[in-house]
Amino acid sequence: MSLLDRDSTRAASAQQHPRRKSIMRFLRTVPFPVVFWLLLSGHFEPLLLALGALSVAVVCWLMRRAGLDHQSVTVAFALRLPRYFLWLSGQVLVATYAVVRKVWSPRPDLRPVVESTPAAHLPELSQVVYANSITLTPGTLSLDIEADHIEVHSLERAGVDELREGRMLSRVRRTEARR
Amino acid sequence: MSVLEVLSGVLLAAGALAVLSGGVGMLRFPDFYTRIHAAGVTDSAGAGLILLGLLLRVDAWSTAVRLLIILLFLALTGPTATHILAHAARRDGVPMWREGDPRQ
Amino acid sequence: MIFAVMAALLVTMVLTLLRAFMGPGLYNRILAINTFGTKTVLFVAVAGFLFGRPEFLDIGILYALVNFVATVAVLRLTHYRELLSEAEGGERG
Repeated sequence: MSLLDRDSTRAASAQQHPRRKSIMRFLRTVPFPVVFWLLLSGHFEPLLLALGALSVAVVCWLMRRAGLDHQSVTVAFALRLPRYFLWLSGQVLVATYAVVRKVWSPRPDLRPVVESTPAAHLPELSQVVYANSITLTPGTLSLDIEADHIEVHSLERAGVDELREGRMLSRVRRTEARR
Repeated sequence: MSVLEVLSGVLLAAGALAVLSGGVGMLRFPDFYTRIHAAGVTDSAGAGLILLGLLLRVDAWSTAVRLLIILLFLALTGPTATHILAHAARRDGVPMWREGDPRQ
Repeated sequence: MIFAVMAALLVTMVLTLLRAFMGPGLYNRILAINTFGTKTVLFVAVAGFLFGRPEFLDIGILYALVNFVATVAVLRLTHYRELLSEAEGGERG
């Protein structure tokens, strides 16, 4: 979405429900920095709490200014994320073993390929999660993200073939799906 | 030695091996794109294993929270930075190594 | 065990620095520096445990952030126009 578009849609929605919309947005943005600050600080004196509130306000203002507050992570998504992470770390370990073997073998047999793997009709957040998961797994690397596919550089063809089977993609879809 | 300590030792050892392999791969692999894969071994598996290994020896919850936050940051920012880097390199026309080419 | 991990991290840091010196080209160097930063974060965390001072982890968090921002900033400097046009062209920048 271009900057101009985003501004105009925001202006239009602001005309419809000016107050309510911005308050809802604020309420969805605020908890994250507040929880983060409390976790890192662990102090509850008035002065520090005031400073914390100030920093949260600055962060919210910056997020609003950068146009990052228009989408947010839903609670259901956050609850389903740990399970996905567990599955992903298993995949990462398996892939790591393969790459580590290639590193230490006297003559590494590398056959790098660049192929595209389908990723159609993904919401923005799922697209980010999917592309990042591809890159996080050693042996595959997302080079370019288009609307309906992702260009993947892989150390060998097997990596791309495994992505095309679509197990990771269906997991990503299930993680963000709204019920 | 308790079970936790042994487990933490195993995780740390695996992490150290992964980190070392990534470093060696950075030197051995033939071109930029394959080196990214070697760097990925350190960034994802190495970092994750070492931080999890440390997580098993903490004695205060604030330390555990900090370790988890570092883990989360690395898991979020690492792939993003790698992706931008690879994307920019490809646009810039950094040549891709195929089997049989000389090292670059 | 912690000593072994520190030794592995130090050796790997040296290897990564070698790659950063050898290059060739800008991208190999940026990649090497980025990986070096990740290893620094790990090193700081492990050192905190070795010296029994978990406050080091705060420095680690900060370093992880600075490392990411630095990589993006360097790419942004070399590719300023491109990243901008990409953000306006409908792709995520």
